[in-house]
Amino acid sequence: MPPAAKPKLGVFKFASCDGCQLSVLDCEDELLAIAGAVDVADFREASKAVLEGPYDLSLVEGSVTTAHDVERIKEIRAQSKALVTIGACATSGGIQALRNFADVEEYRRVVYARPEFIATLATSTAIADHVKVDFELRGCPISKFQLLEAIGAFLGGRAPNLPTESVCIECKRRGNVCVLVAHGTPCLGPVTQAGCGAICPAFNRGCYGCFGPQATPNTSSLIQELKTLGMAPPAVQRLFRTFNANAPAFKAASEAATAEAVAP
Amino acid sequence: MTERTIAVDYLARVEGEGALKVRIQDDRVEEVELKIFEPPRFFEAFLRGRSYSEAPDITARICGICPVAYQMSSCHAMERALGMTVDGPVRELRRLLYCGEWIESHVLHIYLLHAPDFLGYPDAIRMAKDYPEAVQHGLALKKVGNSLMTLLGGREIHPINVRVGGFYRAPTVAELRAFRPELEGAMRLAEETVRFAADLDFPEIEEDYEFVSLRHEHEYPLNEGDIVSSKGIRVPNDRWDDVFEEQQVPHSHALHSVRKGGGSYLVGPLARFALNRDRLTPRADKLARDVGLSSPERNPYRSIVVRAIEVVYAIEEALRIIDGYHRPEHPSLEPPTLRGPSTGGATTEAPRGILHHRYRLGAGGLIEDAKIVAPTSQNQKRIEDDLRHLVERSLELDEASLTDACERAIRNHDPCISCATHFLKLDLRRE
Repeated sequence: MPPAAKPKLGVFKFASCDGCQLSVLDCEDELLAIAGAVDVADFREASKAVLEGPYDLSLVEGSVTTAHDVERIKEIRAQSKALVTIGACATSGGIQALRNFADVEEYRRVVYARPEFIATLATSTAIADHVKVDFELRGCPISKFQLLEAIGAFLGGRAPNLPTESVCIECKRRGNVCVLVAHGTPCLGPVTQAGCGAICPAFNRGCYGCFGPQATPNTSSLIQELKTLGMAPPAVQRLFRTFNANAPAFKAASEAATAEAVAP
Repeated sequence: MTERTIAVDYLARVEGEGALKVRIQDDRVEEVELKIFEPPRFFEAFLRGRSYSEAPDITARICGICPVAYQMSSCHAMERALGMTVDGPVRELRRLLYCGEWIESHVLHIYLLHAPDFLGYPDAIRMAKDYPEAVQHGLALKKVGNSLMTLLGGREIHPINVRVGGFYRAPTVAELRAFRPELEGAMRLAEETVRFAADLDFPEIEEDYEFVSLRHEHEYPLNEGDIVSSKGIRVPNDRWDDVFEEQQVPHSHALHSVRKGGGSYLVGPLARFALNRDRLTPRADKLARDVGLSSPERNPYRSIVVRAIEVVYAIEEALRIIDGYHRPEHPSLEPPTLRGPSTGGATTEAPRGILHHRYRLGAGGLIEDAKIVAPTSQNQKRIEDDLRHLVERSLELDEASLTDACERAIRNHDPCISCATHFLKLDLRRE
């Protein structure tokens, strides 16, 4: 029996640290099985061999920060049956979206002696701001278990089965002591989407929100709680402005954190 | 007059995005450019106004392949600014975490990124069809490095347990002891890796490198030590600026690090091995001798063997730390309140070479100024020198073979282009 054509997998990079695509190579026990189930058609970090599109599944890492990348993501979308973003950069703009709250011209001058050679947009934006995205994997970095679930689901023609609840639920399931209630440690767990396994509270620190906002986050209540703990408004703002600073719910919370300080 | 141009638009099997351009006129190499088109992310700009305590988590995001290096350099730099010194078991745990990253990053490069060049495959997945055992060993060994990072850091990419002053949680003695069997198994695989790497076919090339690395009183360097070079540099760990500078080179528009007064230099495994061979464990040193590494080793292709030797060292060092571990009373020193403005710098050994951070802190411990010099930006000029020599002695090769050879020469140095905090986009050329 002739072998059936295998689905083609593409892995594409935009502005990022490479950590999420490294998660593919970090699936040490599953990598050769994945490679057996798909044709790795375009994955420059891992291979010189490049097969032409279209791709059955494209994994996209990184955010859009240049005019060229605005065009490139459209081409990739046109070549992709399914497009899944992997990680906080692709899903919300990443840490580099801190420029969205600042003057990018000033950033250019600070970092580069010859700023005129730097081509960049004033904003760092999510892939979904530019093209249709079929599924988003959260996290900075993504969880490799969620990645395996998503790849399996798309190749099997079903929807990925991944949680949209808060980190609090994972914490309870893991049997962690609540660092916010018991220790008074600032924690974004109540407003952050599950998926990491509640690692930070398990290590006695507060969640810093690297999986981005959960489906229905009550950020205003959490902001009040953080201030009650003694956090100054600018510190609360910084807590919301890290790897998912540009995710709408965290962006609004970061603005509310200091806006309330000047309200009567 | 004939002119040839070699252009590689996208370098494969490097971390990040880069390209290569070489222009040959008659029989002279006129121009060599290792291009970086990683879009700028402006870390040094947006770090301003953040608390010193946020630097380890934020700078880790410069590189998903070596986040621990960024966490370590930023912690040490901040501790210098704050006037605190971390010692005892917490210092040992930092070394242990770094060992995990060295194992993971080196093994990734050896088997998944570099070996396919020597064996003639586009990638390790296709290589695995003919060398299943080698690739499986590589994945198993890499997994041990990742597991060590997860045990100590919470996860392998962007660990969450590192803070200025130490850790959020120190592992128990039992947790670390339980990891011993995995490391013992890894040692066997690492020794096989040294032999696997040493048996590859190497072009007989020697380059006259100025090697630069850290040098510690009695340890193979990871977190601490003076900055030294094979041509006589010796400055304290925080004084990178005394001897090196970043230059914007007109022909390439790229920021290169050079010795003050000019001259490229090499950081990374070849440099560490050249300057610290006497600090290796007896087992690692004997293996290096058995497989015929020179002292110093000047053949860039043999860096794959040196990486394997460093993996052996990292496993032995991890075992030593685990065996001598006592759980500290506190996982972290409490940073003192900063009374006035203060500046601190630190240099540590990322898997691909020294990584320098320097911060100026102002009132309330907020960052006023940040400077980060990644290993690949320091090697970039030296890689271009390697390429120039390669092309000069390979002019008879056809286009495809020469292009292939150039890509290999770049991968010898495991460039990590995502660490491009201030590389420039180079495709803007002005006539």
